[in-house]
Amino acid sequence: MKLKGGIYWGAGCGGCDVAVLDVHEKILDVAGKMDLYFWPIAMDFKYDDVRALEDGELDIVLYNGAVRNSENEEIAKLLRRKSKTLVALGACAHLGGLIGMANYHTRETILRRVYGETESTQNPDGVLPLERSTVDGNELELPRFYNTVRTLDQVVDVDYYIPGCPPVPQQILNALTAVFEGALPPKGSVIGAGTRTLCDECPRKKEEKAISEFKRPLEMIPDPEKCLLEQGLICLGPVTREGCGARCINSGVPCRGCYGPLEGVYDQGVRMISALASVIEPKEEDEIDAVLGGIVDPLRTFHRFSTPASILRRKRS
Amino acid sequence: MSFEPKIVGFLCNWCSYTGADLAGTARIKYAPNIRSVRVMCSGRIEPTFIVKALYEGADGVLIAGCHPGDCHYQEGNYKALRRYRLLKRILPEYGVEPERVRLEWVAASEGERFARIVDEFTEQIRALGPLHIKESLAEAMKDDVIPHEAHNEGSGEAHEA
Repeated sequence: MKLKGGIYWGAGCGGCDVAVLDVHEKILDVAGKMDLYFWPIAMDFKYDDVRALEDGELDIVLYNGAVRNSENEEIAKLLRRKSKTLVALGACAHLGGLIGMANYHTRETILRRVYGETESTQNPDGVLPLERSTVDGNELELPRFYNTVRTLDQVVDVDYYIPGCPPVPQQILNALTAVFEGALPPKGSVIGAGTRTLCDECPRKKEEKAISEFKRPLEMIPDPEKCLLEQGLICLGPVTREGCGARCINSGVPCRGCYGPLEGVYDQGVRMISALASVIEPKEEDEIDAVLGGIVDPLRTFHRFSTPASILRRKRS
Repeated sequence: MSFEPKIVGFLCNWCSYTGADLAGTARIKYAPNIRSVRVMCSGRIEPTFIVKALYEGADGVLIAGCHPGDCHYQEGNYKALRRYRLLKRILPEYGVEPERVRLEWVAASEGERFARIVDEFTEQIRALGPLHIKESLAEAMKDDVIPHEAHNEGSGEAHEA
């Protein structure tokens, strides 16, 4: 019997949906095994179609995107109820993702910036979006824009995680195959990725690390063979899970950490502080500060994809 | 009620914990606010320990290790220093005062110095006030609810009343 499935996007960019399509002709194999009952980016279903399903009727739902507003939360809860297996697909659902960096700001400062201050904004009346407004006698409703971005598992119970921004299509396929074959690991596992660090998967040559100057990718053309971190580029390989096939590394771009932390690591970004401090050269405080000063915005660099999943989660109000 | 700072101290086995022990055997009085955790080396102190201590309710964290050049494992204290310098840079962006985390070198013979540092640090944290990470997180998220669900809950309560 064919499985029943759904794919949804919360607060995300749609890249994960596209990554599902990027399995190319293999999507036909997926379609042979599973009927999709819900996929807003590709098919015309309404929320009421999902509401009309029996609880637990969907065998598997892939939820990508973070939970950033009340619509995301409402649909996350609805899909949890309607599905047997709920999978967090991609870095936003898994760790909060890029948009999770909004947690270093507040709802008010974000709205002020977006609707008032950006160079391309023209809003002389200072109009802000309202949850309720009346137009021609009709009441309109918008979702509530939250102060804090959350990961999917901070809102509902999640069965599995497929990491990545976006996940490698082949890894999505591997994870779906595991679902079809009933070969899933224990609940709560990360699927479609390895268990070691990216450094273990990285093909570059690694030697003793003693960094005396940090550079940004735009400031140099890196040696094609040597470890990028040894060349002074901030590479999150030491604190990031393998499984992507070192896509960025092979293109000369240091790892930004989208596959998330390893098993048992509480906080990927804070772990990077630890890893990085071990491999810089100087011992005197002034020299240490001078080298570390070369890291532009360490917090967002280390927590690029994982702010909502980090220990402190957001700026204190 | 007066505020008594909760301070977690991570002390290296070879120098600072021995120094704290000396303060004890020498019967030097110092602030009782510190909860000491003995680790083998200041280089073992992951920034994760510090951040987690702050999250779990510590108002301040003291890291103490051997003086530079004296590390039992050669380099551990330099690693601790680098981690500390980097951690201090990111704390303000979470709204956490960097002064809440402090690194000091305390030798095995420096019982008095240990006592003085704990006294000073306790007063510094007392002046900063409580941190309350979990409470401020809950405060920041109190309006992050589905409006009509909150509305329904509200009317339910009203009905019962």
